[in-house]
Amino acid sequence: MLSRTAANLYWTGRYMERADFLARLVDATTGLAGLACTYGGELADAWASALAASSGQASYRKLHGELSQPAVVHFLTLDPANPSSLRNCIGRARDNARTVRAAVSLEVWEALNDAWHAVERFGAAGLPSARVSDLTQTARHAVMAFDGSAQRTMMRSDAYWFLQLGAALERGDNTARLLDQKYHLLLPGEEPVGGALDYFQWSAVLRTVSGLPTYHLVYCDEVKPWLVADLLIFNPQMPRSLTACYRDALMFLGQLGEGAVESAPAARLAAATMEGLTRSDIGEVFGSGLHEFLSDFIVDNNRLGSAVAEQFLFPEIPEWSLR
Amino acid sequence: MTAEKGLQRADAKPRHKPRLGRLRLASSRPPAPAVFDEMCGAAGAPPRAVYAEIRQWLRDTPLDILEARRAQAELMFRRTGITFNLYDGVGDGERLIPFDLIPRVLERREWNVVERGVTQRVQALNAFLADVYGPREILRAGLIPEDLVLGNPQYEPRMAGRPPPKGVHIHIAGIDLVRTGPEAFLVLEDNTRTPSGVSYMLQNREMMLRLFPELAAKARVAAVETYPALLLQTLRSVAPEGRESDPCVVVLTPGVANAAYFEHGFLADQMGVELVEGSDLFVRDDVVYMRTTEEPRRVDVIYRRVSDVFLDPLAFRPDSLLGAPGLFGAYLRGGVTLANAPGTGVADDKAVYSYMPQIIRFYTGREPILDNVRTWRCREPAHLAHVLANLETLVVKEVDGSGGYGMLIGPHAAAAEIAEFRRKLIAAPERFIAQPTLSLSTCPVVQGGRIESRHVDLRPFVLTGAGGLTAVPGALTRVALAAGSLVVNSSQGGGTKDTWVIGD
Repeated sequence: MLSRTAANLYWTGRYMERADFLARLVDATTGLAGLACTYGGELADAWASALAASSGQASYRKLHGELSQPAVVHFLTLDPANPSSLRNCIGRARDNARTVRAAVSLEVWEALNDAWHAVERFGAAGLPSARVSDLTQTARHAVMAFDGSAQRTMMRSDAYWFLQLGAALERGDNTARLLDQKYHLLLPGEEPVGGALDYFQWSAVLRTVSGLPTYHLVYCDEVKPWLVADLLIFNPQMPRSLTACYRDALMFLGQLGEGAVESAPAARLAAATMEGLTRSDIGEVFGSGLHEFLSDFIVDNNRLGSAVAEQFLFPEIPEWSLR
Repeated sequence: MTAEKGLQRADAKPRHKPRLGRLRLASSRPPAPAVFDEMCGAAGAPPRAVYAEIRQWLRDTPLDILEARRAQAELMFRRTGITFNLYDGVGDGERLIPFDLIPRVLERREWNVVERGVTQRVQALNAFLADVYGPREILRAGLIPEDLVLGNPQYEPRMAGRPPPKGVHIHIAGIDLVRTGPEAFLVLEDNTRTPSGVSYMLQNREMMLRLFPELAAKARVAAVETYPALLLQTLRSVAPEGRESDPCVVVLTPGVANAAYFEHGFLADQMGVELVEGSDLFVRDDVVYMRTTEEPRRVDVIYRRVSDVFLDPLAFRPDSLLGAPGLFGAYLRGGVTLANAPGTGVADDKAVYSYMPQIIRFYTGREPILDNVRTWRCREPAHLAHVLANLETLVVKEVDGSGGYGMLIGPHAAAAEIAEFRRKLIAAPERFIAQPTLSLSTCPVVQGGRIESRHVDLRPFVLTGAGGLTAVPGALTRVALAAGSLVVNSSQGGGTKDTWVIGD
């Protein structure tokens, strides 16, 4: 497969995953902010933390200064000036696929094209708050249509693996950042969450990753930060956990590596991170500091992204051809 | 509501007698007397039998159903991204080429003439290029001025003495025809560089079969769907020497911003080959490779949709990012085939076009099957004088223009525009030719809930490979959608139609 094609598919996968994350983040934070008003928390805290989870604080501050719910929602969803807004993510996913149109199935292309036209219809200005959930629902359904059409119609060949690899790396990054935003709320030991607000904070985290029912099913327990972190880091059955993301990434890299196994720096890096996850547990993570653990993970995950780029997406011209 | 009523309703105040037997073609203004209508035939003649199925269909289908189908077609084109790019500062640049539902029909007998005419022409054009980049016999015979060929900006001196693989220069040609009467098909232009539009021929057919499957089945339309397979076969047949066994073919596109980007991807997809950009290619030791996720892969035949000047920054424009450094050198030394070959533009120069009858006689020894449109070469003082004296009635074109840009249609032009062309002509007469304003044939279209009559042209495509020439029985029909307009180019708001060849 052409390296440029692979790069575009990888980024299509990443941007669609990011769009999905942003839609979920806006939904969950809207819910949380509403509760914050009711239970005496700071509305702005909820949105500050959502901004941080999307790594958009700096550019938000430059564009808007003061935190306000409508401004943050606009920034995260439709703002053309935010390169990582929901609208821009879907637009870029589509542009990337459009440039390599023949590499994806017609159904996948239609899903991306429909996604773009559906989001574009909301315009670029801020939405009245009552319409925000229309937008996030539209985006979430669009991503599901994209995932579903890829799953149902694409050949299991390199194009598919690059699309999925991009999504897996992005998903791991999102989960780690989301969790890192709440680490300061984590209480030592297995203590239950303090007040109603803390409970809703953690519920919001779980909601962002569609994890609330899963949590109840797995732990049969009230929401405890300690267990939330366990679920999102270590549980291989939880599709957005770091472990699950790396298990998937390793599988995709394995599919891509056939034929060129001896020089597979990306797969080696991913295997090392996966081994770290397998050897550790939540007790150890808390012992050495959750924030440090998550920061290290984010750095490693970025390094894996660079290794994928070097190995597949922008390869050096090999020596033999220079003869 | 019956179909008949549906049609009548749009024609509350009939201004003319219906010309289609019982069918009231609502608003089909009878074309001006001299205009040949594809469905109704020449003025005064009975409606053409070849349109019988379509007339019946129009009679049976209420206009609001046609409108609904047209909207459905547009939605499908938009969904699948069948767009062309036009950057005029409005919107995102992605436009739909308007698709009209009513097919344009050619009898098999008419198609046979067109097919023989365009293949004869392309054969002569290839022979002409082999000659002017080879022995130059036509110049020595004095049939065409030497400076018009050798001094032409489209002439590529580095191609001289370098016959392309299998001797083919023009692998893909699109010949623009207009019809002015029952038997009168004229060649308006030859497109021998990177002609586009074939994807619309294929997509329009697919759309018609999807929207009106029974209609096409009843009419027994000749198939065009083999075009991509024939194109691949053509490209594989011209692989460089020693690479014939399993040549790797790619389509080279300038990128997603190009007007015809959709077509580049569509053809690559249909042929099952890679769509590459210049940055995907690199050249070592006169061999072209593409960068892949595994190891570099050798490329043998490039169907390039990038103009000559952008092909290779080392050989042409140094600022081009659309080509690959070393590509032209690799081509000249036989490492790769470019289709079409560099330097074919000299064959579709509009001043050279005016010599086509002589060119055809010289290389084929036969009379041209299709006539040229009468052409005045402004480079010649007597012709220029005639053109300047008759600007109000003539069409003036740049010799290397395309896309309907930079032309004057005298009868439709404002005085200021005519004055501007007069200045341009006097300043650089060799840049222009002029032709009479033709009455292009018309065809019915569905527009604004009515059936209207609009001017059309015809672009069949001819493929030339090592094994000879082929043209699939079909073409792109372009429609000038504004009433009375003669400009069919999609960049100027033209639309397209499915084109049917029917009969045995």
